[in-house]
Amino acid sequence: MIALRHVTKRFGNRVALDDISLTVEPGRTHVLLGSSGSGKSTILRIVLGLLRPDAGDVTVDTDSAAGPPTRHIGYVVQEGALYPHLTAARNVMLPARAAGWSVERQTARLEALAALVELEPELIRRYPHELSGGQAQRVSLMRALMLDPPVLLLDEPLGALDPITRASLQAQLVRIFGELRKTVVLVTHDVREAFVFGSVITLLSHGRVVQQGTLADLAQRPADPFVSEFLSAQAPPLAMTRELRR
Amino acid sequence: MTRRASLALAMLALLLAAGATRAERPSLRVGSKSFTESYILAEIVAQIIDETGEARAERRLGLGGTGLAWGALAGGAIDIYPEYTGTIAQAILKEPALTSVGAMRAALDAQGVVVSVPLGFDNTYALAVRRDEATRLGLRTIGDLARHPGLRAAFDAGFLERADGWAGLRRHYGLRLTDVRIMEHALTYPALAAGRVDVIDVFSTDGRLARLDLVLLADDRRFFPDYTAVLLARRALAENFPRTWAALQRRLGGRIDNATMARLNALADLERRSFAEAAATFLGRTSAPPPRRRVGELATLTLEHLELVAVSLAAAVLLGLPLGILAARRRRLAQAELMGVGVLQTIPALALLSFMIPLFGIGQAPALVALSLYALLPIVRTTHAGISSLDPRLTEMTTVLGLRGWRRLAWIELPLASVTIMAGIKTSAVLTVGTATLAAFVGGGGYGTLIVTGLALNDVGTILAGAIPAAMMALLIHAAFEALDRVVVPRALRAAASAAR
Repeated sequence: MIALRHVTKRFGNRVALDDISLTVEPGRTHVLLGSSGSGKSTILRIVLGLLRPDAGDVTVDTDSAAGPPTRHIGYVVQEGALYPHLTAARNVMLPARAAGWSVERQTARLEALAALVELEPELIRRYPHELSGGQAQRVSLMRALMLDPPVLLLDEPLGALDPITRASLQAQLVRIFGELRKTVVLVTHDVREAFVFGSVITLLSHGRVVQQGTLADLAQRPADPFVSEFLSAQAPPLAMTRELRR
Repeated sequence: MTRRASLALAMLALLLAAGATRAERPSLRVGSKSFTESYILAEIVAQIIDETGEARAERRLGLGGTGLAWGALAGGAIDIYPEYTGTIAQAILKEPALTSVGAMRAALDAQGVVVSVPLGFDNTYALAVRRDEATRLGLRTIGDLARHPGLRAAFDAGFLERADGWAGLRRHYGLRLTDVRIMEHALTYPALAAGRVDVIDVFSTDGRLARLDLVLLADDRRFFPDYTAVLLARRALAENFPRTWAALQRRLGGRIDNATMARLNALADLERRSFAEAAATFLGRTSAPPPRRRVGELATLTLEHLELVAVSLAAAVLLGLPLGILAARRRRLAQAELMGVGVLQTIPALALLSFMIPLFGIGQAPALVALSLYALLPIVRTTHAGISSLDPRLTEMTTVLGLRGWRRLAWIELPLASVTIMAGIKTSAVLTVGTATLAAFVGGGGYGTLIVTGLALNDVGTILAGAIPAAMMALLIHAAFEALDRVVVPRALRAAASAAR
């Protein structure tokens, strides 16, 4: 479980998060939806411990008694952030190497993960610049899963991919999340992606929670006009049919 | 890893080889300053030492001035060098009133330094006229000029302005020349020879005096300070090598008059003979003693130069990398640190070298320290820039993945910044090859030895003999570091860099 209580974060004069309270149930996929600048990435960075909130508190149920900084969380970002000087395999094994795993254990885990994300074995010896965007994101996911963390955070993981790769990876991720039953928080600005992943969606705007609920909640019972506006702005076919009816 | 190890071994072997040239017989280190006369006298001393056979002469020639040469003797970095009484009184003992050699001997004895009997000549300011003119007008002494106020004089600016130059001389002898002009020293000789002027100021042992058939006017009322040549030696030399010290005094004491010294200077300055040949001529040999083979000499200088560059660069890397990393970690500290390293770079190289003398004596040590400090800036700067300009998404991910401390540095930051850091080290290496030529001024050896000699002789050939190999070494070292990139920079980064081009 992840819980944020009355979290506020400022960067200089700009308020990035304004009194955010949010609960992510264990084993569920939770989508943070919003346009850029809405504060969704900042929430992930606070959960990771990369940023400290100015007010409020954060708990992650993986926290040891000692608490942060060593949170046991997997993290995937847009374009992967793979280390260019290391092969895909080296990138994936990095956290296990730092944790002092034996080589045999690292290799076994590597093979299991490659099978999970359906990565062709020969790709694992390549360097990041020799991989396609979709392949790099699958390697990045493997690295995030290497230590088998209970929590997985993904920040626009498919944001830089072409529509076809994106659609097939979406399907693959949905399957993987279903198999692994991890607590997943996925950040996106894409309404349709939110609907594909999210059993629960939190819509954010200007650092505030606008509405939280399922797809049906948001579409049928919008909390305020912004919700309908945000949903329809990204659904051109729907908007167009409405225009045509007039 | 094995390639890296073998590289380190090769470096080590090189250093050992350079250090292993020390040998059998005890050696006496002969110093000189960096002008022709001092080189020749030191060479004469060295040849007498070798002939006497008690010890082997080791030449530490071309030290860049009185401060360096005396500092070297007092500090025990050399055993003997030629000096002048005027310099001893004014610059070394700082007692201008002291004039007798005996008094100087007593004063220096307290510092463990002995003074030889005077060699016979006096290298001081003098006035010169053409021989025919001197005969025609009956000019023998400076005082004789008073009878000929119409003579045209050309003096060097320095001589004209110094209190112990023309102003004092005129008062001392009551001279009243009407036509006195300022002229660049090098031009006064041809002007006098061509009859365009009649009197010029000279140094009394200048090689051009004999060549142009000039005579010196005697300073019979003793105005000019006495710059009588003597040898200064550490007392240990006189005590432990008595035959050598006796031979030096017997064969040099009172044996070199002004004309002889001028002739020897002319051999080197005007006839392009080596200092060793000029020295051999004085010692009555037709040719120089087994002259060191040019190729062998160049090999020695090359090793010395390489050693200077390799050791100082290694030190600069060992010091510069941590400093650069520290600057990248502590933003506040970075500004102060980069400024400090930058200031080091603005100190003129010769000044930096001379600051090192009181701390490290002469020879390789001060040169190595100064060169290391000089090589620091590019390395610190590029290390700082390389690490602090890494993609923040990549550095942030290290925290998420649990990479901390040295792992973060060794696994992620240094490899990613290696292209930039290597560029800094390359820059330092090439700069150091050039700067290392200045080591010769403090007796540090290397190609600079030829350049300093060439400057003393005003001989472009000798200067180039040092400068061209130095330039070639710079090119080679640059190429070597390009090759080293292949070992140090991760393969994928090189591929990515060339793809980006």
